[in-house]
Amino acid sequence: MAEKILMKGNEAIAYGAIDCGCDGYFGYPITPQSEVMETLMKVQPWETTGMVVLQAESETSSINMVYGGACCGKKVMTSSSSPGISLMCEGLSYIAGAELPCVVVNVMRGGPGLGTIQPSQGDYFQAVKGGGHGDYHPIVLAPASAQDMYDFVGEAFELAFKYRNPAMILGDGVIGQMMEKVELRPAKPRRTEEEIRALCDSWATIGNKGRHGNTITSLALDPQVQENFNIKLQKKYAEIEANEVRYSTYMTDDAEYLIVAFGCMSRIGEKVVELAREEGIRLGLLRPITLYPFPKKEIDALVPQLKNILSLELNAGQMVEDIRLIVNGRIPVNFYGRQGGMIPDPEEILEVFKKTM
Amino acid sequence: MATQGAIVVDKERCKGCGVCVVNCPTEAIALSHEVNGKGYNFLSLVNPEKCIGCANCATVCPDSVITVYRVKI
Amino acid sequence: MMDINEIIKPENKVYGKTPILKDNILHYCPGCSHGVVHKIIAEVIEEMGIQDKTIGISPVGCSVFAYNYLDIDWQQAAHGRAPALATATKRLMPDKYVFTYQGDGDLASIGTAEVMHACNRGENIVIIFINNAIYGMTGGQMAPTTLLGQVTATTPYGRKAELNGYPLKITELIAQLEGTCYVTRQSVQNPAAVRKTKKAIRKAFENSMMKKGTSFVEVVSTCNSGWKVTPVQANKWMEENMFPFYPLGDMKDR
Repeated sequence: MAEKILMKGNEAIAYGAIDCGCDGYFGYPITPQSEVMETLMKVQPWETTGMVVLQAESETSSINMVYGGACCGKKVMTSSSSPGISLMCEGLSYIAGAELPCVVVNVMRGGPGLGTIQPSQGDYFQAVKGGGHGDYHPIVLAPASAQDMYDFVGEAFELAFKYRNPAMILGDGVIGQMMEKVELRPAKPRRTEEEIRALCDSWATIGNKGRHGNTITSLALDPQVQENFNIKLQKKYAEIEANEVRYSTYMTDDAEYLIVAFGCMSRIGEKVVELAREEGIRLGLLRPITLYPFPKKEIDALVPQLKNILSLELNAGQMVEDIRLIVNGRIPVNFYGRQGGMIPDPEEILEVFKKTM
Repeated sequence: MATQGAIVVDKERCKGCGVCVVNCPTEAIALSHEVNGKGYNFLSLVNPEKCIGCANCATVCPDSVITVYRVKI
Repeated sequence: MMDINEIIKPENKVYGKTPILKDNILHYCPGCSHGVVHKIIAEVIEEMGIQDKTIGISPVGCSVFAYNYLDIDWQQAAHGRAPALATATKRLMPDKYVFTYQGDGDLASIGTAEVMHACNRGENIVIIFINNAIYGMTGGQMAPTTLLGQVTATTPYGRKAELNGYPLKITELIAQLEGTCYVTRQSVQNPAAVRKTKKAIRKAFENSMMKKGTSFVEVVSTCNSGWKVTPVQANKWMEENMFPFYPLGDMKDR
């Protein structure tokens, strides 16, 4: 019987990091995710696995520590919340441009600006479209439970190393603060120096033993070199889009109506589906687990059986734009969301949904 | 003990900045009137008999174009 | 008198380019101090036998391309962030020699927070700071270290305190931080200065393995293109104008 512990989603991130063999965490306190670093500092993994944990002077510095650590072929990560992620976007662009693996956790709060410390999904665009400058995407995973927070750290690292690309866990204040039972997995040891050399010696800055120096940079002054690189990046994204879409469905087999929701809203959405079914309405739910790559084909395949789609988000309507691109006018795609840290209840959503029928 | 020196200049890499010339204690070197492929007046050992092989020129050279040789005489 | 062809033999070689320096022609302007400091670092790495244990971190600015010249592993940082990269690199690989190479705009303007906090944490890294009082790569604009009265592209009538503030003596600030063990200011305009700078950089590299904290080596440098003088005049201008405000010597050594 695997051990189950009651913990906050943020704590689950910390334990997930230690248990997946993470080498380093660099962060800066910000509500509502400060428990990630607090937990790590309390557990002191440097005494057991050797994992480095460091409180940086800013989010800018945190992401650049991650950049440096990622250059060394190490499994390094940071976590923050919306305003902090904005500061990290420069570094994220560099990391994507230098093709480095890393994990960034965003426990979203309401914005714009300093906004609120309450939950939000207002950083959907920032996350899935890139956030920083230039044509790039992080791989974006959207957890809907504390268990997801725990499991996704390891999964995000696997994806990040598979594609040498930053991976983001896009949570929200609900998932970060909510306490749930989390089943802990058997701990994976950190990679040894030999394993890192075997895996990353062609690019990592680990000392040029038996070879010439490696250089990690995102700079190319020659426009043709830069264009060739960008084309290569786009090929990588196409591969990610082809292979890494993750999603789940709830009662979609016979559905005439569909809610699309991610993160905490997918949990509320399931309840809406149940309430609708009690009234005989054939409503289903699709939860994108990866927001980039987005489950385009999966939504597209459902369109012929649907009368409409409702995108349910904690923002002013962001993911709905991506759904509309897929649906391309074939059926109505409606939106309902609350903002500023307000969270709708299932009855409220059901009423809104019924008006769209 | 006296020394005699000689330098070899990688002419094509020399940018003719002249920092070496003012650091030569014996006026053994000067920038040549000729130019290299990049158009720079490269360094030349104009008075070989004056060179003592002190390596001052090479020490201050930003482009590492000077190799220094020295013998005791 | 011996014929020079008699002298030019491998056994008589007393000074030449270290193999740590690659064959690429430096992109720097003629007479630029960067080349000398690159060479010094390469020589220190060679003499210490640490080529396969050294990680360099290049900045944004003229020396962004430092990675083209020294055959070691390099990370190229975002503008000003090199000390953050160095922090993680050294903490994750404590057996490696980790140094940043940064200009005055990178270190003393946009990267002030990163350098201050890395030094204050006492990261066991080496920071090489090239101070030529100007932004070279972007075309000679005012740097935080530009002297009062100095003409640059963005101070065409000379730097004025009431308009532009004062030149920043960041090395003096760094020396106040508990985390630093060695803080020095050197230059490379003549052979004696080059030798002193080399000694300082070697000491800094050695310190980084002794867990003594951060070693910080400022090199007061020239930018003859930015200053719009010849390389030889630039060295003279530096001695006459930079040294009085940025005096050379050790500020801290413990």
